[in-house]
Amino acid sequence: MPMTIAEKILARASGRKRVSPGEIVEAKVDVAMAHDLTAPLAIEALHKMGVKRVWDPSKVVIVLDHQAPPTTIEMAKDHAMLRKFVAENRIPNFYDVHEGICHQVVPEGGFALPGRLVVGADSHSCTYGALGCFATGVGSTDMAAIFATGKLWFRVPESMLFKIKGRLRNRVAPKDIILKIIGDVGVDGATYRAVEFAGDGVRHLTVAGRMTVCNMGVEMGAKTAIVPPDEQTKLYLKGRARGKYKEVCSDSDAGYVDERTYDVSNLEPQVACPHRVDNVRPVREVQGIEVDQAFLGSCTNGRLEDLIEAVEVMNGKKVAKGVRMIVSPASREVYMDALNAGVLQRLVKAGAIVESPACAACMGCHVGVLGPGEVSISSSNRNFKGRQGSPEGKIYLASPATVAASAVMGKITDPRDV
Amino acid sequence: MARAWVFEDDVSTDDIIAGRYLIKHDPRELGIHAMENINPIFAKRVKRGDVIIGGKNFGCGSSREQAPIALKAAGVSAVVAESFARIFYRNSINQGLPVITCPGVRSGFKNMHKVKVDLKRGTIHNVTTGKVFKAEPFPDFILGILRAGGLIPYLKRRGAPRRR
Ligand code: SF4
Repeated sequence: MPMTIAEKILARASGRKRVSPGEIVEAKVDVAMAHDLTAPLAIEALHKMGVKRVWDPSKVVIVLDHQAPPTTIEMAKDHAMLRKFVAENRIPNFYDVHEGICHQVVPEGGFALPGRLVVGADSHSCTYGALGCFATGVGSTDMAAIFATGKLWFRVPESMLFKIKGRLRNRVAPKDIILKIIGDVGVDGATYRAVEFAGDGVRHLTVAGRMTVCNMGVEMGAKTAIVPPDEQTKLYLKGRARGKYKEVCSDSDAGYVDERTYDVSNLEPQVACPHRVDNVRPVREVQGIEVDQAFLGSCTNGRLEDLIEAVEVMNGKKVAKGVRMIVSPASREVYMDALNAGVLQRLVKAGAIVESPACAACMGCHVGVLGPGEVSISSSNRNFKGRQGSPEGKIYLASPATVAASAVMGKITDPRDV
Repeated sequence: MARAWVFEDDVSTDDIIAGRYLIKHDPRELGIHAMENINPIFAKRVKRGDVIIGGKNFGCGSSREQAPIALKAAGVSAVVAESFARIFYRNSINQGLPVITCPGVRSGFKNMHKVKVDLKRGTIHNVTTGKVFKAEPFPDFILGILRAGGLIPYLKRRGAPRRR
């Protein structure tokens, strides 16, 4: 029987020849990630289970990124507790507050490999699917169960296929593709499903761009988002991959519950308007809305090519008066690369504030919160009411190019007009 | 008797408990801020045993398990919705908070209607209007987890998992 990538990976991980959608399987997890907001609860649950040690320290990744460095006493205490847990369990894969966002350091660290089952205690763990693995998010108690046993039950998801065709035009980005798709299918358009992005349009995207696309899979409810591995995947993993891997692809006659084709060659820059990720419109239609904060960063769009795109759009122009532009590179590696390439220099010169490589302004629990009535243009993935501070604030989600254009103009602007 | 609190479609976990409170560990402190962004009076007025009636895609967004913890701490005894987002659904079961999928329920309730939830029979009774809704039944192992009060007590009851 033909199978999709998602089915093949779950079958392998649960020791079966084949699985089909709807079945419940118990699968062995290859990598388990938790961060500073979800690991404390997971560890508490682990201890309540009466378990002291994780099943396999080499497969556990702990990242301090949401409150990095801490801004509250409670969080500093949590970080200290996590360091202790890591030391006691001899977990080699520990990323302290200076390293970056979990969804960047896991791929950079070579943990997300084609064919693997990667589970993270964070909803955007689906980002790793950009490298051809089955990656999904769970909560803290599920993570505790994995920490204890290395296994978790899964319902085998139905698969949904997005065939992407064509090449993006100048200043149009992978972010615009995924915003467009979510606008079409809605915030629950892929609930419980595995979404697969294929076609030449995806082959043209860099691994970073694929990560942006997969990152937002969960914003349409998907359980996992996967790009079939190819040459670019291999190239990215060269010198990074932790261990060997075998590429897995869907059979050509695999079954999908839904198939959609997108020709992106005429796509325009898109923006998700408050307070829903599927409230998507072309930037042209909402141009002119004044912004107070412009956020360039997050696990969606805080990578080197995102920062480069931004400085190219800004092209020496200053951040508009009254706008605070916050830039947070997705990881220390990205930070260093951007530093060496002179990108951060140009951003600071333009008047942007460069923050530590962490989640920063993305979810309103660290630097850069919105006050009542303030408007944010953000390269992140969620514009829920109150997500970046005051519930009376407004968040517009867009590509790095659109964020940069809006920052210099002081209002939402199509990056092709700067 | 339990009262219904009716919400719109796509209530997110950011709505249920905002990111700025995730640094709190005490469930009671989380409970005080439950639903604050979308219904500031909810946490003050909700009574132990009350039921949330939701629309489609309830609990979408982040994987924060603090969301079902906050609802439970606020006194909510069950969430009945048209449909649920995946991670919130798992987290709620793991926390022992019944999350019941029941198509058609959203339009059948108004705020403060009296409600009776029967998990075993899988029925949601609107006592105010007299209407009874039939919910999708839970698989046995999920019912087992709920009966135990969550995944941890359930695993404990079955004997703590061993390391391999
Ligand atoms: S950057 Fe935002 S979405 Fe990504 S992990 Fe951090 S808080 Fe979550």
